[in-house]
Amino acid sequence: MTDTIFALASGSLGCGVAVVRISGPRAGHISERYCGAQFPARQAVYRPIRDPRDGVVIDHGLVISFTAPNSFTGENSLEFQVHGSRAVIARLFQALAAEDGCRMAEPGEFIRRSFENGKLALTSVEGIADLIDSRTEAQRRQALTQAGGHLADRAAEWRDLLLDAFSLLEAEIDFADEGDAPSGVMPQVRNILLQLSAGLQAALIDANRGERIRSGYRVALAGPPNAGKSSLMNALVRRDVAIVSEHAGTTRDVIEVEFDLGGYSVLVSDTAGLRETSDPVERIGIERTEREIGRADLVLWLGDARATVDSVAFGQADQLRVATKMDLLDKLPPWADVGLSVVSGQGIGELLRHLEERAAVALSGEPPLITNLRQHACVATAARHLELAMGNDGNALELMADDLRRVANELEALMGRIGVDDILGAIFSRFCMGK
Amino acid sequence: MNLSFDVIVIGGGHAGCEAATAAARLGARTALMTQSAASIGVMSCNPAIGGLGKGHLVREIDALDGLMGRMADEAGIQFRMLNRSKGAAVRGPRAQADRKLYRQAMQAELRDYPNLTIVEAEALELLVEGGCLTGVVSTAGRFMTGSVVITTGTFLRGMIHIGEQRIEAGRFGDAPSNNLSASLLKHGFFLGRLKTGTPARLDGRTINWGVLDEQQPDSDPEPFSYLSSGIKQRQVSCFITRTTLAGHKIIEANLHRAAIHSGAITGRGPRYCPSIEDKIARFADRESHQVFLEPEGLDDPTIYPNGISSSLPTEVQEAFIRTMPGLENVEIFRTGYAIEYDFLDPRGLKASLETKHVPGLFLAGQINGSTGYEEAGAQGLVAGLNAARRAGGKDPITFGRDNSYIGVMIDDLVTRGVSEPYRMFTSRAEYRLSLRADNADQRLTPVGIEIGCVSFIRQSQFERKMARIEAARARLRDIAMTPKEAGDAGFVVNRDGVRRSAYELLAYPDINFARMAEAYPELGDIDRKTADQVEIEAKYAVYLERQGAEISAARRDEALAIPPDFDFIKVEGLSNEIKARLSAVQPETLGQASRIEGVTPVSMTLLAVTLRRHQKSVRAGIV
Repeated sequence: MTDTIFALASGSLGCGVAVVRISGPRAGHISERYCGAQFPARQAVYRPIRDPRDGVVIDHGLVISFTAPNSFTGENSLEFQVHGSRAVIARLFQALAAEDGCRMAEPGEFIRRSFENGKLALTSVEGIADLIDSRTEAQRRQALTQAGGHLADRAAEWRDLLLDAFSLLEAEIDFADEGDAPSGVMPQVRNILLQLSAGLQAALIDANRGERIRSGYRVALAGPPNAGKSSLMNALVRRDVAIVSEHAGTTRDVIEVEFDLGGYSVLVSDTAGLRETSDPVERIGIERTEREIGRADLVLWLGDARATVDSVAFGQADQLRVATKMDLLDKLPPWADVGLSVVSGQGIGELLRHLEERAAVALSGEPPLITNLRQHACVATAARHLELAMGNDGNALELMADDLRRVANELEALMGRIGVDDILGAIFSRFCMGK
Repeated sequence: MNLSFDVIVIGGGHAGCEAATAAARLGARTALMTQSAASIGVMSCNPAIGGLGKGHLVREIDALDGLMGRMADEAGIQFRMLNRSKGAAVRGPRAQADRKLYRQAMQAELRDYPNLTIVEAEALELLVEGGCLTGVVSTAGRFMTGSVVITTGTFLRGMIHIGEQRIEAGRFGDAPSNNLSASLLKHGFFLGRLKTGTPARLDGRTINWGVLDEQQPDSDPEPFSYLSSGIKQRQVSCFITRTTLAGHKIIEANLHRAAIHSGAITGRGPRYCPSIEDKIARFADRESHQVFLEPEGLDDPTIYPNGISSSLPTEVQEAFIRTMPGLENVEIFRTGYAIEYDFLDPRGLKASLETKHVPGLFLAGQINGSTGYEEAGAQGLVAGLNAARRAGGKDPITFGRDNSYIGVMIDDLVTRGVSEPYRMFTSRAEYRLSLRADNADQRLTPVGIEIGCVSFIRQSQFERKMARIEAARARLRDIAMTPKEAGDAGFVVNRDGVRRSAYELLAYPDINFARMAEAYPELGDIDRKTADQVEIEAKYAVYLERQGAEISAARRDEALAIPPDFDFIKVEGLSNEIKARLSAVQPETLGQASRIEGVTPVSMTLLAVTLRRHQKSVRAGIV
């Protein structure tokens, strides 16, 4: 028999109310043993909650029961809302752990059961994980939409289109000689696939934005040594109103800071100064800088206001030229878009407004369908096989069908229905206890 | 009579004939038990063999030296390659057969078959001792055996419906086998009900052929069997008529009298082969349905009207049939009917077609919920081989989804069960491009050679053929050309500087072997059959490679065996529903488990982990 699992679903203790979630076949039994009865589903009931081992009242609280499949996990479930006391929870958990077939939930186990019971598509699971992690308004909005089935619903539409095309195509192949089969199905198949292709392409065009909202709009500070990059970084860090977190990047030489600017997550990274060098250690730092610049959405090119700066091109990234040390000069040099001084503090507010504006231009709009790289990979592969399929529509129907089968497999993988063993582990490991 | 055999096959239909001869080929002393030896090889329904998916099965039966393909080549009177204009993977050979010639050919083949005895008797009861099969009680006495194959088709509690009329029968004019049904129930098998139907038979001498469209046979008929050198019988045409609105009105007015609509039939019928009343009820907007008029024999006036099987009362069927062009004055030999029969849930079978419940008992054909001669024959072959192997103390031989339609069908049946009679289609095979009618011998004859079920003639013919193909492939691979050289030879390719072999160029849609042989006359001595074969391979090469990768990934799951006594209830973390589904089927491999309806990827991961842990502890001697 499946274990019944329990965990604290609310935050840290020593608070007003704690929510304990219990899910599994023994949920109803536990309601009887702890509260003396089973209650109608989805109704909050105020009751003393007793330790069945000695009948002692542990606490008074609200009890809500849910019956399968109408619960978060799809199983019979029970929720206790008790006082957020360490002692209450400790006693309650001791009692629950002593129950037959009952144990503490593993991290992510509730949502895993929900996924397993078909309550949630994998993309919605990812949405929930993102929602729990969300730090900015745009992230919250995007994650909530995804959790609500934004991409899952669209993928279901895609799958329906694909099934329509498949059934026509397979009928043409398997029933061609039976007289009662539809004939001349190809124009219809082609129309359906064009529609599907348009859907996939639209989602892909917008995909970059979803990942950016989720993981942050990337801004790289770059420029020659001593241009004032680290000073600017420090100045930004000290303006603690905007800072979300500060952590070392993947290398010792690249420091990242995440800001909430106008509801968007903006990641600013400080990099090693760029210059010609023969020092091997410095060379490694510069290579890392170049990589950082390569993946940035915006490059802030910093230069001493007193110096002449050649224009530098950074691939596809947007750039903003910033003159530093403006306290030493009164006029913005002609090469710069913005001037600032970390000593006087002038221009920093303006720079932040610029960043916010750029981030908003890049990230605003309705929440995108694709919000992470895994989803992007599935949809992009599906689109590639679809393109091959459409190239086979002349005479090789069986090849077209084979390509379409691969499209279908990718969409199934997107929803978490097939072949995603490793990915599942990675996704569910993002959840903390009780979710 | 009190005798013993290695294998006893009950039933003399398509499954029974293949089962009995397959067992005999492996050297088992085999008995074929039938109520009537004169009915062996009877085609109960349409007089045709093959089709899309079905033609693939016939070729596979032939590749293992089964009978169906050779018999159809003997008796075929209209050969057609279906989907001739489409790719090789979805072409299906089909033939109208002369009903009488087919039956005669089959009976002649069985009469002198080594190791095979025909016993004319009705099987009454299975003998089971200590959970294992030990023999069969029949009207001709008691027979001892450790391996029985039941292939009773629609005979288990068969019930014919014609309108309000009901007749207990296994087939028109033949008694059902009710005792055997009772015996199976006694041994704890779950019996379900299915139905199928057959149309009326018409007198061709009273049909106005002049007004009908003709469907001619192929001008270069291709035989089923890799051993047949050509077609023997005169080839004839079929004709096509159509149902009319007047006919539809007659059926609509009498729908309530059709057994299937009046509620008299509880069994599920095939969606893919609906009765005419079903078609008219379900596709009310269609003004007409095609009906093929197929001759039943060269010297037989009987015509089989394909597409109008029915369980309506006789007078309604007659009135309806006479509304079709050309059939205004037709005489009707025999009315159509629906037949309901027992089947056993095939999820109770292993992939060897042995029942999990009673070791030594094998089932094949309609009793497993399938429909069609070819489906039955292919199962018969597998059941017969395994019954003989069991008798010889050998491990079962099974077929995979990656090597045959036989494997696809059996896996579908034993893993997913049936909710309607199971018919083969090419779309059921995920590796369709690899499983072609043209390469059934390449896929299966080596298996047949290994287990010893193919004749020396077939083996040596196959080996010579493979040598020719191998040589032709090598010669095409040896011809390499730059894009410029290709252009000079008339083949348009990208000017990318890459040298391509003649073999690679054959994958281009507009390049075929004939054009290649024009450019390279030295290829002209490759015979046509070999050239065709290499051309097909080359055309699919890229896709076959991709499919090959998928196949090896799938094989890893197939390789993880689940012990027969494995307890799914104890797998940590599985939901009750999935535990129930797994326990119901008791899959034999992880791959099979993953194909059970409703089984999720997460549960497969959990199961895989548990199985690997289990394997380790078995190896370490802990369990």
